Amino acid sequence: MKWRLLLCGLAAVGLAVVLPHFGLAAEDPGAPAPSPTAADYPRIAGMTGRPVVWALAQMHLFLAAFVLAVPMFVVAIELTGVLTRDERYDRMAHEFMKISMAAYAFTALTGGALALALFLFYPVLMGYLLRVFDGQVLIYALLFILESLLLYVYFYTWNALRYGDRKWIHLSIGVLLNAVGTTLMFVANAWATFMMAPSGVDEAGTPLGSVWAAMQGPLWNPLNLHRFLANIAYGGAIVGAYAAYRFLAARTAEERAHYDWMGYTANFIAILGFLPLPFAGYWLMAEIYAYSQQMGITAMGGVLAWLFIIQAVLIGSILLAANYYLWCGLMRTEGGRRFVPWVKYIAAVLVAGFLVWVTPHTLILTPQEVLAIGGTNHPLLGPLGIMPAKNTAVNMMLLATFLSFQLFRRASRTPTVPWAWIGNCVIAALYLAATLNIVGAGIYGYVTPTVYKVGASVPQVLSTLAVIVFALVIEAFMYRGAVTRPVAWGRMSTRSQYALFVLPVAFTWLMALMGYIRSSVRTYWHVYTIMKDRSPDAYIPTIGEAGNFITVITLVFMAVIVFIFWLSQVGDTRQQAPAAEGGR
Amino acid sequence: MTFLRVTLFSLAVLLAYTLFANILPQVQSNPPAEEEIELGSLDRAGQIAWGERLFSGKGTCTLCHNKLGRAPDMLAMDLAEELRSRIEDPRYTGAAKGLEEAEAFEVYLRESMLEPSVYVVPGFGKKGTQDRESPMPRVDVPPISLTPAEIDALIAFLQDRAGVEITVPLPAAGTTAAAEAGADGEEEAPATTPEEVIDRYGCAACHDLDGSGADLGPPLAGIGARLDREALRRAILDPDAEVAPGYEPGLMPGDFGEQMRASELEILLDYLAGLDGGEPKP
Repeated sequence: MKWRLLLCGLAAVGLAVVLPHFGLAAEDPGAPAPSPTAADYPRIAGMTGRPVVWALAQMHLFLAAFVLAVPMFVVAIELTGVLTRDERYDRMAHEFMKISMAAYAFTALTGGALALALFLFYPVLMGYLLRVFDGQVLIYALLFILESLLLYVYFYTWNALRYGDRKWIHLSIGVLLNAVGTTLMFVANAWATFMMAPSGVDEAGTPLGSVWAAMQGPLWNPLNLHRFLANIAYGGAIVGAYAAYRFLAARTAEERAHYDWMGYTANFIAILGFLPLPFAGYWLMAEIYAYSQQMGITAMGGVLAWLFIIQAVLIGSILLAANYYLWCGLMRTEGGRRFVPWVKYIAAVLVAGFLVWVTPHTLILTPQEVLAIGGTNHPLLGPLGIMPAKNTAVNMMLLATFLSFQLFRRASRTPTVPWAWIGNCVIAALYLAATLNIVGAGIYGYVTPTVYKVGASVPQVLSTLAVIVFALVIEAFMYRGAVTRPVAWGRMSTRSQYALFVLPVAFTWLMALMGYIRSSVRTYWHVYTIMKDRSPDAYIPTIGEAGNFITVITLVFMAVIVFIFWLSQVGDTRQQAPAAEGGR
Repeated sequence: MTFLRVTLFSLAVLLAYTLFANILPQVQSNPPAEEEIELGSLDRAGQIAWGERLFSGKGTCTLCHNKLGRAPDMLAMDLAEELRSRIEDPRYTGAAKGLEEAEAFEVYLRESMLEPSVYVVPGFGKKGTQDRESPMPRVDVPPISLTPAEIDALIAFLQDRAGVEITVPLPAAGTTAAAEAGADGEEEAPATTPEEVIDRYGCAACHDLDGSGADLGPPLAGIGARLDREALRRAILDPDAEVAPGYEPGLMPGDFGEQMRASELEILLDYLAGLDGGEPKP
């Protein structure tokens, strides 16, 4: 089944690579970008290109993010198993891979279908991109084949290369797999960022001869980092849902313990990938502003600005769910109970931050309400709608989340080093200094011109990062030789597991939303400032229209993921042999 | 049963996000229409009104030049005084120095659109350039791509705001420009009667007009006797510049200049100027 799907995907990719060379690549390689007319966008079965390409691209991105992310943390978990000599890590890593394997074939299938749809619906654009990126598309195909080979070798040699020196060979294959997978993603990203901020071409779009220059646009590395981190968080969230479901369906205490531990690990991975994500997002947006202030404002202050309120709701629910899961986890150990009183304060910071983040700058009001308030900005809440307040809120929420994580880790361990109290004091001082800096820079943002207002968010970000990095380093030394308490894996409420379902749903919706924003900032350009989109779909849809579409794609993806989970489970089942006739 | 519960829970979360997306303001942004319109018959008032629409429309000036402080808020400042001080600033190295005021303003405004870094207002330069480099894009190249006639219209609008003589030429016969999309992005035929204009822009929702009874703004009966045509134009395009006694500022939308077509504004002005104390005469 998986092999057949993969072969279909490979065939589709092959066709997509080869077909255009018959009709499209005859263009003069030194010509400027073509200017398509409305007639250059075929309708197929009455459908225009955008809904088809949007759905396929998003499905492919969901699946690709998942299958690229899983091997990353699987190798890390496998290595942990080798270093700690704990077989449980190996078993869990293998189980994660099993889920990923079933998803890989679907990734190839949707990737091939996407490529075909792009060439069918947008032949002029794809012809131009092929010309700009020249033979790179063949490198992409080769990388894809190499990725497939390595993935299958890595998975199917798991038990054959399990111990001793062979294990290191297996780990090396895993590292190679990740290197190829990450390169594959970077190559694909170059096409997306070229369309947003073209490079390696002149003002008319004529390629200047270097594919490398076309790849190295100003947004390429920020997007690479952003997607790299987001993939890890996303992969963690998806396997977390798998673990939560298996936990809820478990029939034995041993199974519950195993899937509780798996869920905890998945949540840990999701948070680990998620915590630095806003900073990568900040870098991406700063580069967008640096490339084109107009493009930046279109995203953050123009027609797309309201989408960031939805983003706030989604990220708020992710943080609340992840924290809730961690708080429930405090009850797994006796030592965790002493931290329970802290939870209400952390929750207060999270809720306050969430409320600030979702406060819009301009309110939607009736004339009577405008009259009562005295304008479209609320006199008290209006100031919470601008960036200094949002940056302050998100940094405080991240700090609170990291504190939850720290408390959970401390619940099962007691330091034995004599300087532990000094370490605690330093960590507490770090939190205090960071809070003062974040709030202080936020207030400064209100009294300074915009250019410095944007700059004020840098010390806020650095404060949060400094707490995370320094606290982890201090704790790494402080907890050497610590007394560990037993963790009662499996002692988790049913309700806590539902937090692990919020994460993938919110992440999936969020990924699609951010993809919609990233694509929409090009407004009515295929390639910004170089090649106009003259298709009937060259408009930015309303938030509602986009939201409904995103929900449909998410539903389809959820159905595919359920099928993938089922596939990975059904492989472990074995039908009982029919009883011998004489035994009847 | 577990599967059903988990599925229902996930669907509920998903639907909550979808619902939220649907209750927010819904705006569809369409690309500017590319068919061309004839400009040869445009008079000075029409050119200014066109410039105002470009300022907040195709020119995308209001993306940055607004009260949020990304760039100087040109519509809120004393524009003449501001331009004078910039041209006299020793840091200014452009060609406007020493010219007669209206002409100097034209040269300075044109420079600021075509070579934005000739003079950067202190505090508004790109980060790290000590105000030597402007973040403003050139307006005559993509993605903005204003034509020379459009740049002239913008200058005319700003010269009018500064209260100086307008020195740019009117579009010559045969000059064309891209027709622009309506405020909601949909290409909509212009209103051709006062009723259509009033209905489209919802004037009677706030002003008592023909018995509508609304009282958020002053009644329009007899408005033609109280305000002359230019005062009416100002009251529509810049409603907070002068607010009728007893009424709150900030209630009337300030973007009618952006929303209305020049022809619609003229139709409305004709109609309002005709409300001179008698019955409305559409």
